[in-house]
Amino acid sequence: MSLFSDPRWSDALGHLPDYLGNHVRVSLAALALGLIMSLPLAIVARHRPVLRGALLGLASIVQTVPGLALLALFYPLLLALAALSLQYLGASFSAFGFLPAVLALALYSMLPVLRNTITGLNGVDPALTEAAQGVGMTPRQSLTMVELPLALPVIMAGIRTSAVWVIGTATLSTPIGQTSLGNYIFAGLQTQNWVLVIFGCVAAAVLALAVDQLLALIETGIRLRSRVRTAIGVLGIAALVIATLAPSFAHSGTRIVVGAKTFTEQYILAALMSQRLQAVGLPATTRQGLGSSVIYDALASGDIDVYIDYSGTLWANQFHRSEILPREQLLTELKTTLAKANITLFGELGFANAYAIVMPRAKAQALGIKTAADLAALSGNMTIAGDYEFFSRPEWAGLKTAYGLSFKTQRTMQPDFMYAAVASGEVDVIAGYTSDGLIAKYDLVVLDDPQHAIPPYDAIMLLAPKRAGDETLRAALQPLLGRIDLPLMREANLRAAGNDATSSPESVARWMWEKIGKK
Amino acid sequence: MTSAPPLIAFQHVSKSFDGRAIKAVDDVSLDVTEGEFLAIVGGSGSGKTTLMRLVNRLIAPNSGKIIIASEDVAQVDPIELRRRIGYVFQSGGLFPHMSIADNIGITPRLLGTPPREIAARVDELLDLVRLDRTQHRDRLPHELSGGQRQRVGVARALAAKPRIVLMDEPFGALDPLTRDALGDDYRALHRGLGLTTIMITHDMTEAILLADRIAVMRSGKLLAEGTPTELSESTDPYVGELLGTPRRQAERLQMLLPKDDAARSSAP
Ligand SMILES: Nc1ncnc2c1ncn2[C@@H]1O[C@H](COP(=O)(O)OP(=O)(O)O)[C@@H](O)[C@H]1O
Ligand SMILES: [Mg+2]
Repeated sequence: MSLFSDPRWSDALGHLPDYLGNHVRVSLAALALGLIMSLPLAIVARHRPVLRGALLGLASIVQTVPGLALLALFYPLLLALAALSLQYLGASFSAFGFLPAVLALALYSMLPVLRNTITGLNGVDPALTEAAQGVGMTPRQSLTMVELPLALPVIMAGIRTSAVWVIGTATLSTPIGQTSLGNYIFAGLQTQNWVLVIFGCVAAAVLALAVDQLLALIETGIRLRSRVRTAIGVLGIAALVIATLAPSFAHSGTRIVVGAKTFTEQYILAALMSQRLQAVGLPATTRQGLGSSVIYDALASGDIDVYIDYSGTLWANQFHRSEILPREQLLTELKTTLAKANITLFGELGFANAYAIVMPRAKAQALGIKTAADLAALSGNMTIAGDYEFFSRPEWAGLKTAYGLSFKTQRTMQPDFMYAAVASGEVDVIAGYTSDGLIAKYDLVVLDDPQHAIPPYDAIMLLAPKRAGDETLRAALQPLLGRIDLPLMREANLRAAGNDATSSPESVARWMWEKIGKK
Repeated sequence: MTSAPPLIAFQHVSKSFDGRAIKAVDDVSLDVTEGEFLAIVGGSGSGKTTLMRLVNRLIAPNSGKIIIASEDVAQVDPIELRRRIGYVFQSGGLFPHMSIADNIGITPRLLGTPPREIAARVDELLDLVRLDRTQHRDRLPHELSGGQRQRVGVARALAAKPRIVLMDEPFGALDPLTRDALGDDYRALHRGLGLTTIMITHDMTEAILLADRIAVMRSGKLLAEGTPTELSESTDPYVGELLGTPRRQAERLQMLLPKDDAARSSAP
């Protein structure tokens, strides 16, 4: 079947040791930490109704926080802690990736363990706890010799639930810089590569099932006093840990980490930079799918070494500047501001990826709309769609005031679905990206912004403080600066939006390099 | 009463629950001599279990004292106290996740007895309560019959060689034949091992057949105590009522089975 001979399967398989290994490590560490916190808390709280209520309440609240948000919240928290520890203890730690993921997932894992441990222990027949006391057990002996063994099936059920939750939720640790099986899913969603999405989901599900079954084996082993079962279960988990640790030991060393945000263009550019670095013999890896607010801090603290950002994004979102400057002036100002944080603005790539109002060409012509100003009169009856952040960004406020835009409804969408929605007429206009390949594919037009309400968004390459003077790295990436114009980036994005074997970010990056070389 | 000092003495012991709303034990004074077999009889809720739980400090009295071997139990470490008093629980109280051997050997294990000695002791106890060693040692409690489980309960109570054994309705849930056999067997053990036993029962017949002395409780109070003969002379109407049943049973049995005496040879 052609589906399985698709080279994307083997591409995906190639990443498996890295993604799976990281996934197992972060999940099991979180689960272990969660257990170390939950079990003693449950034991202490079981006879204290107030504490019990408070604990279960808190754990339930944590549970209602969406996994992605919980993970994202830990990043700034740890960043602040790391800064404090550097100031007072003289040592810092990485607030990126592993640590926030483990802490957030550990919190996430607590509810089922807490609840089942308390229920299990309180469900032990009082006649038996009295018998334990009567034969001369201390409270601790009663707990370890009678209550915990009797509550074991219920406790293990909680641990198993929590293991499945943690392994599933760990896929969301990709945006905070922890490599996981979520890398498949995020990359696949962004590049509309469903093979990757399915691969990631299936891998996470298989892992969850495997761990669940191994835990079940340990449980029945203990309950039926079968050493063989317990041993197989424990060995299974141990084997999983060892197998996933082995490749990462072999890998560790000083690698250059290329960061990428959560959209297609970023995946391609990160792949392109990695390939350039590898071509000169530098060991490079990518950390994909990083949140927009995470990636800058990650660079500043040296967790990643290089990435591509956009001048207007940094200006408005990172430095909270609202004035709109001409392109050149903005870049100069930005360069000085970045230098204060020891970050090098290495250069521009040659294209801008700005927000822009986009609509079908035919419709624009029929209505006689060429600029955002032309849209104002008609917007009262129109629907606009934007990505998750657009409507809370200063550009949107700027556009509205500059042209007096006021839409009937505004909808938030996943960027890749937005273009299809406007092409099909489901929405009238979208806040798209100028470099998006789908603009050409769906025959859309970008409306002019005569008042420059939207600031320039030049793609710029940023280097981490520790890479500022790395001449090999600079030499390897220099050829990309000023060589990627808007048509090239658009076509690259369009290629990557395809759903065939040549649409992986890596192959599109290779194609781009060929084009750049020919210029 | 003998002139020797009592092994167990209750002195004006009271215990209430739920903020004194329930007086479970109300000013009870009672002596138990070494080697004696005392039965506590009374209706459900009369305070029998509460009185017994006070002895090994599963609960503490609100007032009064309990003296064991001239020591106030309030001054003794409760864990250590419980390990040297055997206790047979009303519902058996065997740990369902432990084998019969582990159940029997639990108190010696808590006392730090070496495993080898525990194993030997368990076998000895299985013999003592007449359970087959090889057949029962490694089984789980739920695989045994009710009577066998109570035998295990007795063996567990005896494992650490206590001088005192407390039994809370030990044979209550058993069929009459098993109950009779177990009662006789225990009585023999009591005598052979020189134990001092307090047994709770709601069955006056059982009390008369097994015990040296009987204490009657009602609403937390000790209503009467004495040998069966002494009790039969009591003028208390409740005691009379309690003795009515065994009396009627005896008369009826006498009438229906006049020649049965020869077959029953357990009485001394
Ligand atoms: N832990 C307890 N909390 C509250 N009330 C209790 C408790 N234990 C016993 N009681 C009450 O004390 C009274 C005597 O109970 P108990 O000693 O178990 O009676 P018996 O064993 O003679 O049936 C009953 O009214 C019972 O409900
Ligand atoms: Mg009772």
